[in-house]
Amino acid sequence: MSATATMGDQGRRLSGSRRRRGGGLPPVLLAFILVPLLVEATWVLWPAIQGFYLSTLKWDGITSPEFVGSSNYRAMIHDPVFQTAFKNTIIWLVLFGGLSILGGLGMAMLLQRDRRGVSFYRSVLFLPVVLSMTAGALVWGVFLQPDGPANQVLKLLGLGSFQHFWLADPKVALYSMTLPALWRQIGYLMVLFIAGLKAIDPQLYEAARIDGASRWQEFRHITIPQLRSVNGVVIAVTIIDALRSFDVVWALTRGGPYHSTELLSTYMYSEAFQSRQLGYASALAVVIFLLASAVIVTHLVRAFREDSD
Amino acid sequence: MITIDRATEQTELAASPALRRKARRLRKLTDLAFHAAMIAICAAWLAPVALLVMVSVRTQNDITGNGLGAIPSSFSLSSFGAAWNEGGEKGAIVNSLVVAVPVVVLELFLGSLAAFALARFAIPGRRSLLLLMLAGNLLPPQILLIPIYTFTQQLGIYDTRLALIIVQVGFGIGFFSFVLHGFMRGIPRELQQAALVDGASVVQIYARIIMPLTRPALAALGALAFTWAFNDMLFAITVLTSSSKMPVTPTLLGLQGNYVSQWNVIAAGTLIAAVPTVLVFLRYQRYFIGGLMLGAVK
Repeated sequence: MSATATMGDQGRRLSGSRRRRGGGLPPVLLAFILVPLLVEATWVLWPAIQGFYLSTLKWDGITSPEFVGSSNYRAMIHDPVFQTAFKNTIIWLVLFGGLSILGGLGMAMLLQRDRRGVSFYRSVLFLPVVLSMTAGALVWGVFLQPDGPANQVLKLLGLGSFQHFWLADPKVALYSMTLPALWRQIGYLMVLFIAGLKAIDPQLYEAARIDGASRWQEFRHITIPQLRSVNGVVIAVTIIDALRSFDVVWALTRGGPYHSTELLSTYMYSEAFQSRQLGYASALAVVIFLLASAVIVTHLVRAFREDSD
Repeated sequence: MITIDRATEQTELAASPALRRKARRLRKLTDLAFHAAMIAICAAWLAPVALLVMVSVRTQNDITGNGLGAIPSSFSLSSFGAAWNEGGEKGAIVNSLVVAVPVVVLELFLGSLAAFALARFAIPGRRSLLLLMLAGNLLPPQILLIPIYTFTQQLGIYDTRLALIIVQVGFGIGFFSFVLHGFMRGIPRELQQAALVDGASVVQIYARIIMPLTRPALAALGALAFTWAFNDMLFAITVLTSSSKMPVTPTLLGLQGNYVSQWNVIAAGTLIAAVPTVLVFLRYQRYFIGGLMLGAVK
């Protein structure tokens, strides 16, 4: 922190002396910023704004669009599939998000110290991160088939009554799908948490140990507060990943059976590119956007308040 | 006071040889427990992959006869041929590489330009610019799909790999600018100041001083960016429609559709699709994890 602060001071001093000499910023710098910004603005920022506008249209993408105001949003309220997708998205956010953070933190705590074998363990846990989510989902898809190992093992253990059609039973399909998602996400979050844990000053722990703090007290009063900046990143990343989750569902069930695994993202995609309801799909995308912003903004506001305490 | 007492007490305790031996034995025991637990976790982590390998080398008759979860009683590599040739993975891997390589290069190049300007010069409003760019990357991509779909059609580049490249670059720039900015800010000012005094231009400072020093970060991010670009599905199925142009992830899904319940072919296809990124990972492991860590701690 202090290092960056000095950097900033020096930067200001440097630019100050430049300005006094009468030279502004070199014009080529403008291009350095504008070219990347323009690419992003054209392909991301402007389309995002357009997404809001499209959500007020009734449009199939071929005939000319018709302005319908908020009627897409009103239709949503009475749309049972939307209700299911919304509910599932919240479940997914809490379950997938919560468990991946707990799992990632747990693994990071176990593997933070550099000792023999640790880098191998880290690599194994990280390996799924380099697969595509689709591949990851298919890996587990094999596992969860009716005649697959999941059911076989249950039968062997005498737990035959727990056997399920994991991906075809509307009651359990959504929960089954958290397995591949968690399998992939935990290694990713583990790396972020390890980075955070390594940045904690070991003297804090030494001081706590001398004061006779228990392991739990150390965790509660040093580790968690010291991880604050990483927690912010992790929570933002997790929420966004949870809300944009698409590949895993698309690979395993496409939202079925009977929309029981439908997430807002999959419903949005099928409304857009299969039912060709571009306006309605845009409205669904806006809901995803608003959910993401709401959760992130609430979290940032809270983190901010804690910071100023 | 109390703390000092405890500290001396501890040193006295540690000095006793019997207690020291006991502590060493305890440490050995916890070590053993740690490794046992980690090996169990790692086995659980690798089990699905091992299962996939087992399924991929079985014949269709074996699978339908004995079930997916049974011990293999046949061996055949023909499922790999089916996925590779008839399943279209040969072309799909090429498509993925044709897209991913330029995406990584362009993303990092454009990201480094913005990061350099924002990190090394007092641009007015640089914090806001940086956050705006990062925010673009954090948007749920769903909000972009339909506008991008219609935009590529208007430009006449719908269903081209070029469209996919541009879209992915646009989406990635924000993140890479942000992370590279963090890295470049840590490079000592003196180097740049000396060059400025010598009359070096901005381009020279970028190319001769900052970029060479940024190489470790670029390597790390490059490895990471490659897997992201290579594994993308959502943007691909939004701007592409011909199966001959599809990259590997959507092709894998097509494979699943065409080879319903031929799990050996699906398993083989999944393994093939994973090979390039796993190879990059194994080769650049160190950098990978470094790349994620760069972005994590601010």
